[in-house]
Amino acid sequence: MSDNQVLVRVEGLKKHFPITRGILIQRQVGAVRAVDGITFDIYRRETLGLVGESGCGKTTAGRTILQLYRPTAGRVFFNGVDLTGLKGNELRRMRQRMQMIFQDPYASLNPRMTIARIISEPLRVHKLATPQEQIERVQELLRLVRLNPRFINRYPHEFSGGQRQRIGIARAIASNPDFIVCDEPISALDVSIQAQVVNLLEDLQDQLGLTYLFIAHDLSMVRHICDRVAVMYLGQIVELAEKDELYDHPLHPYTQALLSAVPVPDPKVERRRNRIILEGDVPSPINPPSGCRFHTRCARAQELCSQQEPAWREVGGGHFVACHLV
Amino acid sequence: MATLLEVRDLTTRFHTLDGVVHAVNGISYTLEEGQTLGIVGESGCGKSASVLSVMRLIPEPPGKIAAGQVIYRGQDLLKLNESQMQHIRGKEIAMVFQDPMTSLNPVLTIGRQISEALIVHMGMTQKQAYQRTLELLNMVGIPQADSRYGDYPHQFSGGMRQRVMIAMALACMPSILIADEPTTALDVTIQAQIIDLVKTLRDRLGMAVIWITHDLGIIAGLAEKVIVMYAGFIVERGDVDDIYDDPRHPYTLALLKSLPRVDRSSKERLATIPGLPPDLLSLPPGCPFAPRCAYVIERCRQENPRLEIVDSHHEIACWVDVGTGRER
Ligand SMILES: Nc1ncnc2c1ncn2[C@@H]1O[C@H](COP(=O)(O)OP(=O)(O)OP(=O)(O)O)[C@@H](O)[C@H]1O
Ligand SMILES: Nc1ncnc2c1ncn2[C@@H]1O[C@H](COP(=O)(O)OP(=O)(O)O)[C@@H](O)[C@H]1O
Ligand code: SF4
Ligand code: SF4
Ligand SMILES: [Mg+2]
Ligand SMILES: [Mg+2]
Repeated sequence: MSDNQVLVRVEGLKKHFPITRGILIQRQVGAVRAVDGITFDIYRRETLGLVGESGCGKTTAGRTILQLYRPTAGRVFFNGVDLTGLKGNELRRMRQRMQMIFQDPYASLNPRMTIARIISEPLRVHKLATPQEQIERVQELLRLVRLNPRFINRYPHEFSGGQRQRIGIARAIASNPDFIVCDEPISALDVSIQAQVVNLLEDLQDQLGLTYLFIAHDLSMVRHICDRVAVMYLGQIVELAEKDELYDHPLHPYTQALLSAVPVPDPKVERRRNRIILEGDVPSPINPPSGCRFHTRCARAQELCSQQEPAWREVGGGHFVACHLV
Repeated sequence: MATLLEVRDLTTRFHTLDGVVHAVNGISYTLEEGQTLGIVGESGCGKSASVLSVMRLIPEPPGKIAAGQVIYRGQDLLKLNESQMQHIRGKEIAMVFQDPMTSLNPVLTIGRQISEALIVHMGMTQKQAYQRTLELLNMVGIPQADSRYGDYPHQFSGGMRQRVMIAMALACMPSILIADEPTTALDVTIQAQIIDLVKTLRDRLGMAVIWITHDLGIIAGLAEKVIVMYAGFIVERGDVDDIYDDPRHPYTLALLKSLPRVDRSSKERLATIPGLPPDLLSLPPGCPFAPRCAYVIERCRQENPRLEIVDSHHEIACWVDVGTGRER
């Protein structure tokens, strides 16, 4: 699937949100370290999964890669071009090649716009087509996402959740992008509708040669749709590998716990399974734990773990992990 | 095992401005002492409405329990007055909801909310209630319970609030715990904590549990009996192993096939169910699954099949034998 050509290179990327106090004079009293130094490549035409608990920084990572948030530190190369150095028109031109699909198909479409206007928005923003061309393109896009082109003048509320997500997908592919960040594109959908949308995303990838960063909670679906998977914890990536390698041989204690927590729709398997139950909640990203950030919940933590941050390194065959015990 | 709860032909509708929503359409099932029953189905298929009817918590209007019986230990709950029902809720049958914030009072401390229930339902003194509340908070795994007693709900994380809800539900040692998607809003790691907790407490206290979810994985690891709902009907019911190994209803079969699995490599395209679940405002005359069903025959569009036994302990509502593809 991937011919190992790097499309997106992320290097030491950080995004901190300042916490300020004071009414007249705002002063910074701290920061939410939402994304705190992540490094990885995304290959052309692959789907890279990004998983982890709520609040670990997945959405922030996706938005910062697309420069919808400007990074606090680090670089993002798209096709070899450093996006973090671009401004104005140059950045706008690059953005046309990178799009995002959002989690909530209800909130992400403007209720007062027709489907035609919603889908053609990127075409107008990037001045890619005349009004007549826009209509033709919208009809073509609707066919691509398997919606009836006659729906063109309807409004979002006239569609089901699955159909709205298709509209969101049509908008994302309108400007012929190379790269799409899919932020939980199916979590708000019914089980029987999820497979429809996932198959559509896979078909479009094949037809249009797309590269996806696929952010999701559902680790079963991630195993199905992704080529490689990155596991995030408190703003950092703790493990990354080809998907079957990661799911069959997880090395990081957090990945092991996360995967063991996913229920399997098979009672015989469930009765045999060994679940690793993590204690407590994810700590706050404002004051993350010292050393290895997972040490407060890790059953295998040693003294060293709270003192020294484990290095991010490759253990072979494109399998990366950050843990002192591996 | 003795039967604890028997639901017969329960029918619940909502009279809205758009018309009548047929949320629960004559469902029947039994729950034995100490048994765990899983109810699965997609959003809007009537799972919540069916258990809220059992608890008599359907908002009236617009809702109305139009027919049926809910027999709990020999008495029909649908015939009780509100004060008799209040005694049943909490003390006999307790419920945990998807969003704990809707059932926790935001302006009362966690400790106060639990101890109040103990004073009202169990006739405890303040002091006894305080002690028992600490025990309950400990039991559901809230660390340093005495220092969290005076905290308000917003000071707890989602997973901790759900634990508090469970502590509250268990306060009066109910014989049935109804859990309506209590983990849907939580991370899988926290979900695993909650499920583990409920399993442990169930086994220790011998409670019966009704667990509602759209996640077929959760039910596989938790339930002994499973009910599959579609469009307000029970379409399949059976022992957990039979439902997963030998699903007989086309909807259950299609749903199981469309699920990828965390423990298996998957290279093939996902199987899909075409179309959408029906609108409960205007159900088709025949089988509600007919517009999406791969096995549909002529009869399906005219007559809605009733739930019938196909094997020991295994029932489906379908005209067709999925093994042969022909009418049963
Ligand atoms: N605009 C913002 N200002 C301040 N803090 C923010 C902002 N956006 C996100 N955060 C914080 O950054 C952290 C990471 O948030 P993010 O939305 O990236 O998580 P996520 O992994 O996408 O979570 P979820 O799975 O719930 O979508 C959280 O602690 C969040 O509260
Ligand atoms: N208070 C209400 N007023 C009107 N309709 C309702 C109300 N509660 C539920 N319904 C409708 O009843 C049907 C079943 O809902 P529900 O039992 O909540 O489904 P589930 O729990 O399976 O997602 C849906 O069509 C829903 O819109
Ligand atoms: S470095 Fe230590 S605390 Fe962190 S995951 Fe490895 S063993 Fe656990
Ligand atoms: S009755 Fe007919 S339409 Fe309904 S599930 Fe069975 S085969 Fe399908
Ligand atoms: Mg997010
Ligand atoms: Mg519900």
